[in-house]
Amino acid sequence: MKNKLIATRNAFGEALVELAKERNDIVVLDADVASSTKTSIFKEAFPDRFFEMGIAEQNMMGVAAGMASTKKIIPFTVTFAVFATKRACDQISISIAYPKLNVKVVGSYGGIPTGKAGATHQAFEDIAIMRTMPNMTIIVPADAVEMKHAVRACVEYNGPVYLRCIRCETPVIFDENYKFEWNKGVTLRDGKDITIVSTGIMTSKALVATNILTEQGIDVQLIHLHTIKPIDKEILLRASKQTRHIVTVENHSIIGGLGGAVAEVLSEGAPALIKRIGIKDIFGESGSDEDLFNKYGLTSENIVKEVKEIIKKKTNKFYNF
Amino acid sequence: MVFQEELIKDLEKKANIIRRYIIEMISNAEGGHIGGALSITDIMAVLYFHILKIDPENPEWEDRDRVILSKGHASAAWYAALAERGYFPKEELLTFDHINSRLQGHPDMNKTPGVDMSSGSLGQGISVALGMALAARYLKKIYRTFVILGDGETQEGQIWEAAMVAANYSTDNLIAILDYNKLQLYGETNTIMNIEPVIEKWRVFGWNTIEINGHRINEIVQALEEAVKFEGKPTIIIAHTIKGKGVSFMENKVEWHSLAPTKEQAKQALKELGYSNEKGF
Repeated sequence: MKNKLIATRNAFGEALVELAKERNDIVVLDADVASSTKTSIFKEAFPDRFFEMGIAEQNMMGVAAGMASTKKIIPFTVTFAVFATKRACDQISISIAYPKLNVKVVGSYGGIPTGKAGATHQAFEDIAIMRTMPNMTIIVPADAVEMKHAVRACVEYNGPVYLRCIRCETPVIFDENYKFEWNKGVTLRDGKDITIVSTGIMTSKALVATNILTEQGIDVQLIHLHTIKPIDKEILLRASKQTRHIVTVENHSIIGGLGGAVAEVLSEGAPALIKRIGIKDIFGESGSDEDLFNKYGLTSENIVKEVKEIIKKKTNKFYNF
Repeated sequence: MVFQEELIKDLEKKANIIRRYIIEMISNAEGGHIGGALSITDIMAVLYFHILKIDPENPEWEDRDRVILSKGHASAAWYAALAERGYFPKEELLTFDHINSRLQGHPDMNKTPGVDMSSGSLGQGISVALGMALAARYLKKIYRTFVILGDGETQEGQIWEAAMVAANYSTDNLIAILDYNKLQLYGETNTIMNIEPVIEKWRVFGWNTIEINGHRINEIVQALEEAVKFEGKPTIIIAHTIKGKGVSFMENKVEWHSLAPTKEQAKQALKELGYSNEKGF
């Protein structure tokens, strides 16, 4: 099956326009990157509801907070994930998260794909940073379909949200029957040998890996978490009790992101052997998206390889976990 | 001008009451930022008892004028003004800085009635105020937004981001008041990091500027009345003030940035304000 390819940043821009046609409380603030974040689509449709903030992310977060304090405006602040979560970290924390204002912070250019821009533009820590902020919800959609559902859900939810978008085109894995459930993980395949937990665009790669592994007789359970915070503990604890072996996959640092979050939940509730696939505590570099995904092991092939290694261990009679 | 004279006298009385509360609450809490609270007292009095269109019975009134204390550490002055204006019982001021109090060391909009925005990390209030001003325009509302800045605070880069954006959007419904008391935590503001020339900086950033003595009630009244009428640009009132104003041994003394007076010192300070024979709130 050949999946349609759409970048989640495009789906985000389109979803905003769709929603803004229905309600006039949605406004967008962008820091001179509208053509990259795809809020340009929104600006064209609603020029009066688009606020150019210039290259000044800290101020942008505060302005959005002030707008949201009226309770009559839902501002989306949109810029690259690195600048939102690192440069304007304190502003998101103190002006948005602490007073629990209804601002949707959108981090575009999550993870590896940045159009060859390299380390300074690659957000590997954004999820980890946002995860430490009280009151913050973090959503990392897998594909264009889920992104559209997520944007709508964000608007319906009253409170701060961090929504992560991706630059490169990625396979659409969900169809029109997909139902987005707030704060709930999605079981894409049930299985009892091992569980793969993935988020964002890595879910499409995990799905490919799951199909390969299943064909080879390994009964894989695949869970997609579109929401990293609050995390769906129930689905994770159940999977851990069933398979005792977990592989997490994310387009983000293995420190503090999905892998970190899963390890925290399971170590306190239902310990498992966890292998975290993701960026290994390094800064990135320039290169084509494909070359980078290959180099850092964010591929279906590598997921297959890591799962098989654990399965090999598991079938060794001296292995006891 | 008898009416005007009476107004000034009334506002001076209010300022004196606010000063008294500040001293009592910080002394009672054994903590707080007294110097910078006393320097904005006269400004607070004019705002809360003359300028602001507000309703203490309905702190969430959507058409109310907004106030943000960007220099959030001066919270005691704000709480004192809010209590005197009727937002909450004056007795509650004694809970300031204590565990489980609605009156946090730095303002919390979700805890204190009348506090329009939480603050405490310097430089952020002006951006939020700008957002409120832009929101008023978007929502076609006529409320005004007032933000009080510290002088040391303007060393933060975010202040100048906001200054640039406010001028770009010509938010004439935004009024900043700079509490230019010339002292910050570790010394003289312009020795720690020179912020001069202040007026020129704001002017070239595209703001309307008004310079006043921030302790002369008539000048504060006039400046604020002028500022709310001004069209086409945001206004900043540069108020020359004295840190620790009103208490002889605190005035212009850097150590009173965040020092709590002892009971004896508080008594002496209250005596200077003319409250020698009264008890508590």
